[in-house]
Amino acid sequence: MSENVIEVRGLTRQFGRKTALNDIALSIPRGEVFGLVGENGAGKTTLLKHLLGLFNAQSGSVTVFGLDPVANPEEVLGRIGYLSEDRDLPDWMNVQDLIKFTAAFYSNWDSAYAEDLRQTFDLQPKQKVKSLSRGQRARIGLLLALAHRPELLILDEPSSGLDPVVRRDILGAIIRTVADEGRTVLFSSHLLDEVQRVADRVALIHHGEVVLSESLDDVLNSHCWLIARFPESLNEPPLIEGVLRGEGEGREWTILCNGKRQKVEQQLHALRAEIVEQRTPSLEEIFIARAGSIPAKQHSS
Amino acid sequence: MQIHVSEADGTPYYTQVVQQIKHLVASGRLTSGERLPPVRKLAEQLLINPNTVARAYRELESEGVVASKRGSGVFVSDSGSPLSTKEKQRILHDRVDSLLVAARQLGVDMDSLLTTIAQRDKKLGNPSTKTK
Repeated sequence: MSENVIEVRGLTRQFGRKTALNDIALSIPRGEVFGLVGENGAGKTTLLKHLLGLFNAQSGSVTVFGLDPVANPEEVLGRIGYLSEDRDLPDWMNVQDLIKFTAAFYSNWDSAYAEDLRQTFDLQPKQKVKSLSRGQRARIGLLLALAHRPELLILDEPSSGLDPVVRRDILGAIIRTVADEGRTVLFSSHLLDEVQRVADRVALIHHGEVVLSESLDDVLNSHCWLIARFPESLNEPPLIEGVLRGEGEGREWTILCNGKRQKVEQQLHALRAEIVEQRTPSLEEIFIARAGSIPAKQHSS
Repeated sequence: MQIHVSEADGTPYYTQVVQQIKHLVASGRLTSGERLPPVRKLAEQLLINPNTVARAYRELESEGVVASKRGSGVFVSDSGSPLSTKEKQRILHDRVDSLLVAARQLGVDMDSLLTTIAQRDKKLGNPSTKTK
């Protein structure tokens, strides 16, 4: 099956007078890891909550597995594993009871796999959820999201505030999930080096709008850093079409070009500048430049 | 097989995997007939997307460095890594180029550079003359 697991068209959401999502369109193909990136408050969590059927689309449409998640909550949620950003877990339960309690909601719960994960994550059965460390909370949340072997795994800022060991567990879980044929992972993150490691496709959300949604390869290949040396000192970055960002002083300037590299090189040549170095930018550098170059349509507080 | 990938490298992960495996083959650390780790295992080890590893393996296969045998995995080609000479050259060219750039920036001329290389070679005990 190669259809899109998630299809969002023209989704707009207002909270009072604030537009949280504006005309969002996204297609997420089966079997891929999709990274959703953007600043805090850009609208990532709001978008994920629509996919889980927690918000009704005010306008536009949302389908998951070809179904409307609001109209078919059981059918859709039974096939999704979800790790929320705030890891809202019942504090009064212990690990063992929480696993049993969650298992009851899923017909396809895999107890052996749950036990395997519990041991891997070093979670003590009798320990109260309340007394778990931040990292252990993330691990039990991950266990609960994975143990019914969902077709779609949605992780909202899974690595946020966690130490490198737990982050490794989370990345490992993403990799194992997608390595099992046909499974799909959607995760939001502001740790762009992690997104660059595991994502097939990325979307950048900025002030409630999708400003970039492409395969990771296309994003990385279409951008490049050039260090240009000009014949004379410049006081500000050269005005060149296709340049997202320019930094430097005097005769040497580092510029990030967007896609049309040849055109940029021609323009530099016309300015009698010499290209002294070039390299591929990281996703983080691209997104900082992208987000920085887009004027905000409205200011949220 | 031990390889490492890094975001700071400035090349895509799949290129890093391809180049490092070629490097291992060229340097004899992977020999013909040796089996590469399964895609999933290498992906988990490197913490990168399995599709990236699969793509690197496909590229290595299309270049004849490895061959996949249905159901049993991916192996270093029997033909004794057809690219190894070319690949050795490529690796050396990269290193030599950066050395030359450094030498020019430091104002070191060709003769002094060659003398330095010979001196360093002596200091390192020149093991390559023993093996070849």
